[in-house]
Amino acid sequence: MNTPKRKKSVFQRELYQRAVVDSFIKLNPRWMVRNPVMFVVEVGSVLTSGLWIQALFGKGEAPAGFIGAVAIWLWFTVLFANFSEAVAEGRGKAQAEALRRTRQTTQAKKLKNPDHESKYDLVASTALRKGDVYLVEANDIISVDGEIIQGIASVDESAVTGESAPVIREAGGDRSAVTGGTRLLSDWLIIRVTADPGEGFLDRMINLVEGAKRQKTPNEIALNILLAGFTIIFLIVCATLLPYSLYSVQIAGKGVPITITVLIALLVCLIPTTIGGLLSAIGIAGMDRMIQRNVIAMSGRAVEAAGDVDVLLLDKTGTITLGNRQAVELLPVAGISAPDLAEAAQLASLADETPEGRSIVVLAKEKYNLRGRTMGSSNEAPEGMHFIPFSAQTRMSGVDFDGTAIRKGAPDTMMALVQSNGHPVPSDLQTTVDTIARAGGTPLVVTKNNQALGVIHLKDIVKGGIKERFAHLRKMGIKTVMITGDNPLTAAAIAAEAGVDDFLAQATPEAKLKLIREYQTGGRLVAMTGDGTNDAPALAQADVAVAMNTGTQPAREAANMVDLDSNPTKLIEVVEIGKQLLMTRGALTTFSIANDVSKYFAIIPAAFATTYPILNVLNIMKLTTPQSAIMSAVIFNALIIIALIPLALRGVPYRPVGAARLLRDNILIYGVGGVIAPFIGIKLIDMLLAALHLV
Amino acid sequence: MNIFSWIQLIFYMAVLIALAKPLGSFMARVYQGQKTFLDPVFGPVERLLYRLAGVHADQEMNWKVYAIALMAFNVLGLLVVYALQRLQGFLPLNPQGFGAVSPDSSWNTAVSFATNTNWQGYGGETTMSYLTQMTALTVQNFVSAATGMAAAVGLIRGLARHTTDKIGNFWVDLTRTTLYILLPLAFVLSLALVSQGVVQTFSQYKTVSLLQPASFQQPETDANGNTVKDASGNPVMETVPVTEQTLAVGPAASQIAIKQLGTNGGGFFNVNSAHPFENATPFSNFLEVLAILLIPAALVYTFGKMVGDTRQGWAILAAMTIIFVALLAVTVWAEQTGNPAIAKLGVDIHQSNINPGGNMEGKEVRFGVANSALWATATTAASNGSVDSMHDSNMPLGGMIPLWLIHLGEIIYGGVGSGLYGMLAFVIVGVFVAGLMVGRTPEYLGKKIESYEMKMASLILLIPMLTALGGTAIGVLTPAGQAGVLNPGPHGYTEILYAFSSATGNNGSAFAGLSVNTPFYNTALGIVMFFARYWLAIPALAIGGSLARKKKIPAGAGTLPTHTPLFIGWLIAVVVIVGALGFLPALALGPIVEHLMIFAH
Repeated sequence: MNTPKRKKSVFQRELYQRAVVDSFIKLNPRWMVRNPVMFVVEVGSVLTSGLWIQALFGKGEAPAGFIGAVAIWLWFTVLFANFSEAVAEGRGKAQAEALRRTRQTTQAKKLKNPDHESKYDLVASTALRKGDVYLVEANDIISVDGEIIQGIASVDESAVTGESAPVIREAGGDRSAVTGGTRLLSDWLIIRVTADPGEGFLDRMINLVEGAKRQKTPNEIALNILLAGFTIIFLIVCATLLPYSLYSVQIAGKGVPITITVLIALLVCLIPTTIGGLLSAIGIAGMDRMIQRNVIAMSGRAVEAAGDVDVLLLDKTGTITLGNRQAVELLPVAGISAPDLAEAAQLASLADETPEGRSIVVLAKEKYNLRGRTMGSSNEAPEGMHFIPFSAQTRMSGVDFDGTAIRKGAPDTMMALVQSNGHPVPSDLQTTVDTIARAGGTPLVVTKNNQALGVIHLKDIVKGGIKERFAHLRKMGIKTVMITGDNPLTAAAIAAEAGVDDFLAQATPEAKLKLIREYQTGGRLVAMTGDGTNDAPALAQADVAVAMNTGTQPAREAANMVDLDSNPTKLIEVVEIGKQLLMTRGALTTFSIANDVSKYFAIIPAAFATTYPILNVLNIMKLTTPQSAIMSAVIFNALIIIALIPLALRGVPYRPVGAARLLRDNILIYGVGGVIAPFIGIKLIDMLLAALHLV
Repeated sequence: MNIFSWIQLIFYMAVLIALAKPLGSFMARVYQGQKTFLDPVFGPVERLLYRLAGVHADQEMNWKVYAIALMAFNVLGLLVVYALQRLQGFLPLNPQGFGAVSPDSSWNTAVSFATNTNWQGYGGETTMSYLTQMTALTVQNFVSAATGMAAAVGLIRGLARHTTDKIGNFWVDLTRTTLYILLPLAFVLSLALVSQGVVQTFSQYKTVSLLQPASFQQPETDANGNTVKDASGNPVMETVPVTEQTLAVGPAASQIAIKQLGTNGGGFFNVNSAHPFENATPFSNFLEVLAILLIPAALVYTFGKMVGDTRQGWAILAAMTIIFVALLAVTVWAEQTGNPAIAKLGVDIHQSNINPGGNMEGKEVRFGVANSALWATATTAASNGSVDSMHDSNMPLGGMIPLWLIHLGEIIYGGVGSGLYGMLAFVIVGVFVAGLMVGRTPEYLGKKIESYEMKMASLILLIPMLTALGGTAIGVLTPAGQAGVLNPGPHGYTEILYAFSSATGNNGSAFAGLSVNTPFYNTALGIVMFFARYWLAIPALAIGGSLARKKKIPAGAGTLPTHTPLFIGWLIAVVVIVGALGFLPALALGPIVEHLMIFAH
């Protein structure tokens, strides 16, 4: 998603132009009524406009110029709020456009039987239904979401993920899902359709970024209620001020009652327009930030929930450790030299195409400089060599050549082999095996002609930087739990090395589900990342479930977020975005209400200037005239919305420093700052108005 | 202010806070159904009452049933008080032979006492029979206080419990509050007051000879009752010597004890605790003003105890105390400064060893400036409404602070029970905004604060503003409302604002200077008192019911701590800013402008 700079500025201009148009379209009262605060401002704008027209005919309650100016700035207030929402939506729309371009109807090769050789019919991709099977060949666009049932191929998923490197997709396993709109680069795939037209992954994504299906999140609803409450309070305050003013004029015997224009101006200044105007932009921008980080959230609710996560469950393999174990050490038994063991280990692993096997070859090569007999690209065994592949019956693998049999396998199997052939098990073998197991490693015993040579130490390699990521999570108040199929001993060792807080060993899908439920019963909010089909039940149970885009279709269905980068520690960013979203709302609410203090000092002396001139003592900002005081407050109130749009879109930064400090800092910035800033702003605007002789 | 005034105020605060913990713990035991040292005395009575009333004490209620029970009991109580006033002429214990109270005044008084307001449009010693005072008013003094405390306990249980819909049994809470808390405290306080000279008798009013005979002039009348006129047509005046005075007495001490303890405030006599038979000595004054805030402050500790974290209680108590002390300081300062207009007349307003100085208008010499200011602040902080000086005669700011304390929602300690649930509504709003600022779904004591709670908390903030400001608007707009005003100018406006605010806050104190025993004020204030009481109590119970159903989230590093100085400061800011934003314009046209006018010259 890195657009060149020049292109970006053009894009930005288009975006803003469209947003300006949209802000006017959004003036439609039926749209405005969704936002009670801004709806009140719009009603106020209409009323003052009416009063202005009345004043033009010479029957106004105040000079037409003043009423007109108030009316214009009230309209600006509404428009600025609409603009913020339109800009936020515009960004989403731009992304949706890009996505939609990949969405053009394509021809799909629908198969009658799931067989590469069978005949296919060319149909429109929109005609494919759930359960249909179709064929994709090199350079075809994958028409709709589906599950690979046959084949292996490289796929360009850049349209969805923005990542240009092709990825491998294959039937079975955890990488069997494909997304509509991506392109096949090589080979062929037979795909079973998993989503009807319009319900695919890409469709959902487009809907989401466009904001068309955006529903208010629970928190947003609660905040809206509070803001509506404040709006009603200030309606009461302003509405009752008219009778009070009438009575005061009567008893003081001088002055004129407060005008409707000033009352409306006061009302608009007092109701929380800053947060009310920016609230929807904040929500849209939150979703947008997710997408910028290549995470697709299925709902705003999920994003919000992410901020509340207490416990994070992580799969060990591929998340905490590199996908595969690697050989790190060769430990010969007494009487055997290290190079001898290395050679035997290498020979036994030559045909072993598993990553573990390859790592043994590499270790022998690098550490003992054994160039050895490498396998050719032809997959043919070198002369005279007969490789024994791993099988579930023998539970070992190896090679036979020149009458020599080399085997490697799990310690208990290999020891049984040695003993059954009448050889003694070397006394130090068991010790070595135990040491490795205790350290969290996996021991493999190597034998030559049924005699033990030594042990290969296979080890889980913890990903670089992961420990720091977990420390970061801990600071955020999130507990990390590693889930692994390993035995508790191994699990504990890796957990300690990676720095997770807890682990679940020998995890079955049921055990995972049980663990999540236990945490949830304790009132905690559980997040989980997963990619396999066996993760699906747990993902469905978790409150925040992030599926890897490389994951299986069931996993992606069960999750409420999909990470297009398939980066399991992305959850940290997801949590941060969720927190930012809430923090931005809270901070701007505080700011908005704190602003009111200064507005009283501007407007109250001005409103009652004719009845009680003595109230000018409260005009501590020394604003020029009553009119300029009211205008300055109204203008400040409108401009602050524009000024805060960048903050609303970017979000208040989150730092993992603990709730107490975060609160202190935000109160200082948005609370205390919110009291002080408008004093300065209103004074400056007043000085400007006076300098320009506008009042 | 001299050193003795300071010592008195500091001593008062120290005793109040020191008593909060023991009394608070005791009340927590009462509400949690645990054994107390009073069980041998009241246990059998309690069980007998349940048996007579058919109450199953072990059956708890959900919030709706609890609220219905509360409303049913209160409406019934209201009707009884109304009936007793209307029928008192036919009933015993009426030595002065008072007739029926007027319908509008009866309605007003019935609502007033049922809602724990004790706004008194009538003069007690010239209107109410002993029977009415004792069975209608004093009974309501107990049960209206118990109602408020029961509602608060319902909310506390909602916070303390989880995954249940039960918040307690209203009848049990009502009974236990009355038997174990209010009766014993009132009994002890009554005796202490009697020891100071507060009257307690069933005898008729006493006629006594004056030590210093006085006289007054009145127009002379002839045998037919017509005024005798002189040659120029002016009435002929005659001098009447006065050698005797009728002293109103009655069973006062018992009612005064509970009117102070239960934040009722309805005096036995018209001038309330400024009357020497109601508040005889500086020591009785100390006891009475202590009794105003005693239960409200201790109940905050009870809250902390019942939710299992006393720090939470202390935090709220600290916020209340800081606001109270700050506002008390302003009142004392304003009153001690005195009125420059009076100083100009040659009156010495400087304090000395023989001169209290300051503004002594409307104050009793036996209490002086500091104690009168303390009482005025305490009685309005706590929705009590009893007075030992006339707020109408306070300096503009000295009158504004009590008025504003009512505007804050009667939550600075507040009414018994009602103060706590009102404050908890502010806590919920404060927690919501602060919780957002730390990036989590806001939670208080492990309970998520969601839209339902916000709705109810907003109602609790909003309704008082509607009734206080809306009522005043009607008052100043209508001729009937304006007719009651005795002082012209901003002061008269403040009197109307004070009346509706006092009714809204279920305070009951009057700014005086306003003739309120009229059909307009009796009816309007009655309506305001009714709505502002129950439309706050029911949402509070609704919050309790909703929170009780929720899961309890264990606290973690990301959880907003609600017991720290930072949160206390935040809570204070929320209370003060909401109070200021709601009422500053209204106050600007009354006491603020009046203050500026007095000191401008």
